[in-house]
Amino acid sequence: MIKKLLILFSVCIFLIGCSPQKENAAGIQIKGSDTIVNLVQVWVENFVAQNPGISIGITGGGSGTGFAALINSTCDIAMSSRKIEAIELEAAQKKNLEIQEFIIGYDGLVILVNINNPVSELTMAQIRDIFMGNVVNWRQVGGDDLEIVVLSRESNSGTHMFFKENVLRMGNPNLQDEFSDDVLLMPSSQAIYDEVSQNPHAVGYVGMGFSSSKVKVLRVAKAAAGPYIQADVNTILSGKYPISRPLFLYTKADPQGLVKSFIDFALSPDGQQIVVETDFVPLKTKEPK
Amino acid sequence: MKKTKDKIIEKIIFICGILSIIFVALIFGFLFKEGIEFFRDFGLKNFLGSAVWRPTSVPPQFGILSLIAGSVLVTVGACIIAVPLGIAAALYISELAPKAIRDILKSLVELMAAVPSVVIGFVGMVIVAPYVRIILNLPTGLTAFTGSLVLAFMAMPTIITISEDAIRSVPKQYKDGALALGATNWQAIRRVVLMAAMPGIIAAIMLGIGRVIGETMAVMMVTGNAAHIPHSIFEPVRTMTATIAAEMGETVRESLHYRSLFAIGLILFLITFIVNFVADLFSGRSKNQ
Repeated sequence: MIKKLLILFSVCIFLIGCSPQKENAAGIQIKGSDTIVNLVQVWVENFVAQNPGISIGITGGGSGTGFAALINSTCDIAMSSRKIEAIELEAAQKKNLEIQEFIIGYDGLVILVNINNPVSELTMAQIRDIFMGNVVNWRQVGGDDLEIVVLSRESNSGTHMFFKENVLRMGNPNLQDEFSDDVLLMPSSQAIYDEVSQNPHAVGYVGMGFSSSKVKVLRVAKAAAGPYIQADVNTILSGKYPISRPLFLYTKADPQGLVKSFIDFALSPDGQQIVVETDFVPLKTKEPK
Repeated sequence: MKKTKDKIIEKIIFICGILSIIFVALIFGFLFKEGIEFFRDFGLKNFLGSAVWRPTSVPPQFGILSLIAGSVLVTVGACIIAVPLGIAAALYISELAPKAIRDILKSLVELMAAVPSVVIGFVGMVIVAPYVRIILNLPTGLTAFTGSLVLAFMAMPTIITISEDAIRSVPKQYKDGALALGATNWQAIRRVVLMAAMPGIIAAIMLGIGRVIGETMAVMMVTGNAAHIPHSIFEPVRTMTATIAAEMGETVRESLHYRSLFAIGLILFLITFIVNFVADLFSGRSKNQ
């Protein structure tokens, strides 16, 4: 018995000794927001195709996870759908880290309703009233006599925060307006999309990439007088469509080597073309269109 | 040689046994440490005395009452469905079913236990929730009732298997004695077999409740997660487990919000502890009689 254990033990030691040392020199780790993980995945595939022999790891988990990992030096690039918060900057400073921010594109948020809902346009004020629980029946905004079921993302997703700050509080940091307590908080954009596609009561917000023929995307106006604008790349870039937000990559200050070339790739015309292909909005190009 | 071998194996088994205690103690210690810091900063009274859960607002509000109400409502609903069905199924399998049917039923019940919770949640979200909405004419199918249905399905294998074991371990003479005294088969089962198996059945129910109250993924997908005190079981609710799972990913590490999730974990741990304790008390008492 003991002999067997000894043999097993020595075999283990032998195997551990044989396994190759992991090469960290030619690899980077990227972590963070689930919103843009698909976009970054496509970037990485293209980047690796151009630079064979390197390894890049990507993990989702949320914007906060990415910042925590960046601060603890377990990743090189953090993906985020919100700006870094003061408390996270403080944590970085405690470790003598300088953080650098890159805006890599924009995301338009669209308001979805069921395909059978007669409502097809709303003003920002009406959207605000619906999500705050002041308007509870579709009849009040020109629809059928149905109770409104309001769907939102979870309270700590970057998308939820953005919607609260820019739609409910109208971009005014002094306002204290909140989502109604009756709002359903869904675990993912896919869950919001699924519920809206089968429930005529429902309304929700998701990123532009989720528009499809199974749901209706509302046209949105800044004021009651109109005009009501459909979300697309042009209306978001020109600022006519009112609900869009920047997307970020964060690194340690003054990135070098692979991290720098990856960021450069993301911001290059090729990288920005991929932004368009994954249903986000690219950065404004310098030459006027 | 034989003796030393015995000794070694005894030691190994002893370590395995003691390990589970160590793990539970470590987990409790960790939860306690993070939770206590939260109570010190935020106050136990504000935590347990409010139903407003707005963790990302300024100032944040961490009122857990609506979350406890959500968890309790879903759990009670699931028990009302699963306990009678589970016990009846166990009785049928152990007392009434012909051998061939019994074998098929038993393996099917075991298969039921092996379905991953995320799959059950997905089925609940895509199939059960729309039907709940249409059949009961509700504004949305994402309600506490849907959660109860889904969780009842998950608790039933536990309740059936353990109850069935308890019923089968009742000595055959008990039932034979009752029958000999002129009782009908149903009288003998209800008054003698069921009563004798009661400690085991209660243990089965408690284990089922334990599974229900701790279940996260399926619940998060079907209950709508609206953080308010529900007025009926046909409204959306937010459970404690879903809150932890949904918010942990994107929260800022070491923040008040991060600690508040550990505080919820602590409350959840206490509730499960009480449930288990009550179960022990019951089965201990009936054994002593």
